[in-house]
Amino acid sequence: MTEAPLSRVEIEAHLDRCLETEFTFHQVGPVARALCRLTREDQAFVLDWIKRIATTHITLAFHFAKRAPDMLNRLDRRAIEAWAVRLCDTYDRAGMYAALAVAERTGDFVRTRRHHAAGALFEDVAPVLGNFVRGLSGRALKLDQGESIHTDGERLFLPAILAEMAEAADNFKLAKACIAFLWAQTRFGTLRVDLRAACAGYAQPERALNQLLGLETLRLSARIEHELPGLGREMARLRAASGNTLPPGWAGIEARMIAADSTIETSLALLDEACALSDFPPWCYAGELRPEAVAACRAARLDTEKARLRIKLAELAAEHAQKRHADPGTEDTPERGFTVEPRDEAGQLDFEVTLDGMPIAPPPDVKQLLASVWLDFGDIPPEYLVPAGDGEYDASRYREQPEDPDAVWQGAYHEKGALLYPEWDMGRQHYRKNWCVMREKPVPPVFDDFPRATLEKHGGLIRHLRKAFEAMRDENRLLKRQEHGDDVDIDALVEALADARDGREMSQRLFLRQHRAERNIAVIFMVDMSGSTRGWINDAEREALLLLCEALERLGDRYAIYGFSGITRKRCELFRVKTFEEAYNDVVRARISGIQPQEYTRMGFAIRHLTKLLGDIEARTKVLVTLSDGRPDDYFDAYRGAYGIEDTRMALLEAKRQGVRPFCITLDKEARDYLPHMYGAARYIILDDVRQLPLKVADIYRHITS
Amino acid sequence: MDAHSLIPEEHYIRKEPYYEAVGNEIAIFEAAYANKLPILLKGPTGCGKTRFMEHMAWRLKRPLITVSCHDDLTASDLVGRYLVKGGETTWVDGPLTRAVRVGGICYLDEIVEARKDTMVVIHPLADDRRTLPMEKLGQLLEASDDFCLAISYNPGYQSVLKDLKQSTRQRFVALEFDYPVAALERKIVANESGVEPALADKLVRFAQMTRNLKGSGLDEGASTRLLVHAGKLITGGIDPVIACQSAIAQAVTDDADMLAAMRELSSSVF
Repeated sequence: MTEAPLSRVEIEAHLDRCLETEFTFHQVGPVARALCRLTREDQAFVLDWIKRIATTHITLAFHFAKRAPDMLNRLDRRAIEAWAVRLCDTYDRAGMYAALAVAERTGDFVRTRRHHAAGALFEDVAPVLGNFVRGLSGRALKLDQGESIHTDGERLFLPAILAEMAEAADNFKLAKACIAFLWAQTRFGTLRVDLRAACAGYAQPERALNQLLGLETLRLSARIEHELPGLGREMARLRAASGNTLPPGWAGIEARMIAADSTIETSLALLDEACALSDFPPWCYAGELRPEAVAACRAARLDTEKARLRIKLAELAAEHAQKRHADPGTEDTPERGFTVEPRDEAGQLDFEVTLDGMPIAPPPDVKQLLASVWLDFGDIPPEYLVPAGDGEYDASRYREQPEDPDAVWQGAYHEKGALLYPEWDMGRQHYRKNWCVMREKPVPPVFDDFPRATLEKHGGLIRHLRKAFEAMRDENRLLKRQEHGDDVDIDALVEALADARDGREMSQRLFLRQHRAERNIAVIFMVDMSGSTRGWINDAEREALLLLCEALERLGDRYAIYGFSGITRKRCELFRVKTFEEAYNDVVRARISGIQPQEYTRMGFAIRHLTKLLGDIEARTKVLVTLSDGRPDDYFDAYRGAYGIEDTRMALLEAKRQGVRPFCITLDKEARDYLPHMYGAARYIILDDVRQLPLKVADIYRHITS
Repeated sequence: MDAHSLIPEEHYIRKEPYYEAVGNEIAIFEAAYANKLPILLKGPTGCGKTRFMEHMAWRLKRPLITVSCHDDLTASDLVGRYLVKGGETTWVDGPLTRAVRVGGICYLDEIVEARKDTMVVIHPLADDRRTLPMEKLGQLLEASDDFCLAISYNPGYQSVLKDLKQSTRQRFVALEFDYPVAALERKIVANESGVEPALADKLVRFAQMTRNLKGSGLDEGASTRLLVHAGKLITGGIDPVIACQSAIAQAVTDDADMLAAMRELSSSVF
């Protein structure tokens, strides 16, 4: 039985609460009138989303409320949900003004007025099509969400929803066709020329650009059909379904464009002729050309890639010179430098590289660079093949690595080189994408008396711990009386033979087997470095870590130690104390010594990042142990309170889904209120006394890993 | 036809196993064999290492004894052990011992998977001593001139725990294998599976695409072996896209998004 719809008054009361009309003076009357005509289910759906968006921003929620009833007539709920999430994402990324612009342009979002269109949502298709486009040859391209279908040569943009077709499956195919067409632009030379300059001489440059896109549509569609026949058939079907045909008068041009040897130059040569013809209406998958985006991206890429390639070639040359030096048998060949010959390996862009006339196998990253350069020029310019001289480039500037984390804060604010992590917004019941700006920083080692003093102070305890941890080592054991084994168990055999003489049944278990259970554990300790740990807690944490390291060295488990702290989502920091690869040595001890209280306790990003690190490690058991003194918290931020707890809980759930076992050791006496909710029962322990920390941590470790 | 059991050390390969040489690996193997040097084959799975060994066994007219190593394989599994039979203990040779006795080729596949103690028995066989210590018998078995030791390993699965030690790898002549170049791979796929050259070309194209995905979601791209499997399914009347999905995509990944992406790639090629 369906419930009766809410009345206008009821809805108004609800909106008053959500939108705080007492202070914001939003006019909810018309919205309520529109909403009361909906079914109860639709009402509940819209009101729920208004409430969720209002936790992000009330004005945004109000704009959503104004448009939602009308949109329900045109789109299904899934699509509206995508639209709502997009509003919030845009707000997160670019602020209120941009978000309101998205709200204003609902028409763009629902270009077709089909009822309940089964659109392809970007977030649904992106994981599949991202892999799809990586599988195709050429430059490694990224998928991104944008206002329209276009590419800048490195990223391929799709709108949040594609709903041109009636069926969901067809909309997915359309998205795939769009991606393939954009890929073809990078792969077959469309973006190699300055498109803006090519169209500049015409009376109507925008129209010329459109006609050029038309020419390229014909050429690239033919190329795709040749290279990927299956996809070619799909694209032809989509064209037919969308009613895309050749405009009158274009037949002659088409014949020349689909010839196998046509290039972008052919299109440019025919552009005059095309401009004299009727307009070429864009085909369903063609999207648009954005010459400015392409040019900006290319300009940034050319220099970096030139430097990177030349540095790599210098490395390769040095490597080979060394080899030749070591092998006196080979004659000294005259220096002829590098040559590169492109070749087509079953549709794959591949390169034959020779050094001084000898073929060499370039590593994958060099191949990738060569492919990218080739796509920009159509060949490899000779100056790109000159290995970089000594001191010509500062190699570190061109390496793909995060910038100096501290330099970022000295100049103007930017997010370059940082990792972005999502955060769970409990009000929105959705992730805030790319919300936390995270950087890894080293802890400056402090070579002081602390490690020695600690080891002295806890000498007895350390001896005890080492013994206890040694006992945990699963030594090789000889198992007796096994059915199969390496050796005969003489005791068992004698017994069995005696049994047989006696007329009793003879046992089958006559062998000895060497049992070897390997401990295959990787564990990360995530240490609270927030300001509140100042004083005793910090001392106790550092002591606990030292004792733990001493004990763990006996056990041979792989472990890493990271500290976490931060201030606001823009400055989330993880401090490397010890990575998995590092051995426990004086420097690590000095870093433990150097752990200093920093700022606040934002936890979600740290859990997500460390889970990722654990994901890269091959181990049967993966454990993430948090040492903390309080609840998640941040500076004047929503993170304080339920929001932070819910985000941390979500991050822990994500970790569990990826096979990581989280555990929390805390000093917060009120932790019983929130820890069971975050970690689950029996996945945490509360210590009443700071002084217990060093004693207990190793003990607890034993518990959770055995 | 009934299945019949073979005794490995008495089994000679009579019919030439199909093998396309990629470089000079046959000449190097023959030279190493003539000089009694052990051989290490490196390369990704399914690129033809085992087939190469069969081919060489046929060429050199020696029996081939293959042991697929696993993490429970011990030295006794290779050398031999005492078993109890009717109240008596009897010694039973392991595959390595058998190969040493008859002068066959012993091929230890994926050697890094085996337990560390297996290396101890391999080392004296792999240098100029060419002896197999049989501790439990108190004997030292000297290999005949015909005996040859070959091991394989896949550097792609490198991890700290499972890497070949320098003391082991520096005893062997190393041969590196990789997927053959496109033209050769087409020939191999067409020859082995019986598909038309045009279809073999498309299979190779698809394989290249999956190899592009290595490192971004896939641990390993499609091997030549998988292409042959897909080709055989296609010859058997299966639709190419479905054949690629079952024989290749499902074999290399379980990830749903990756499977979907691979289906889109294969449906684009065919």
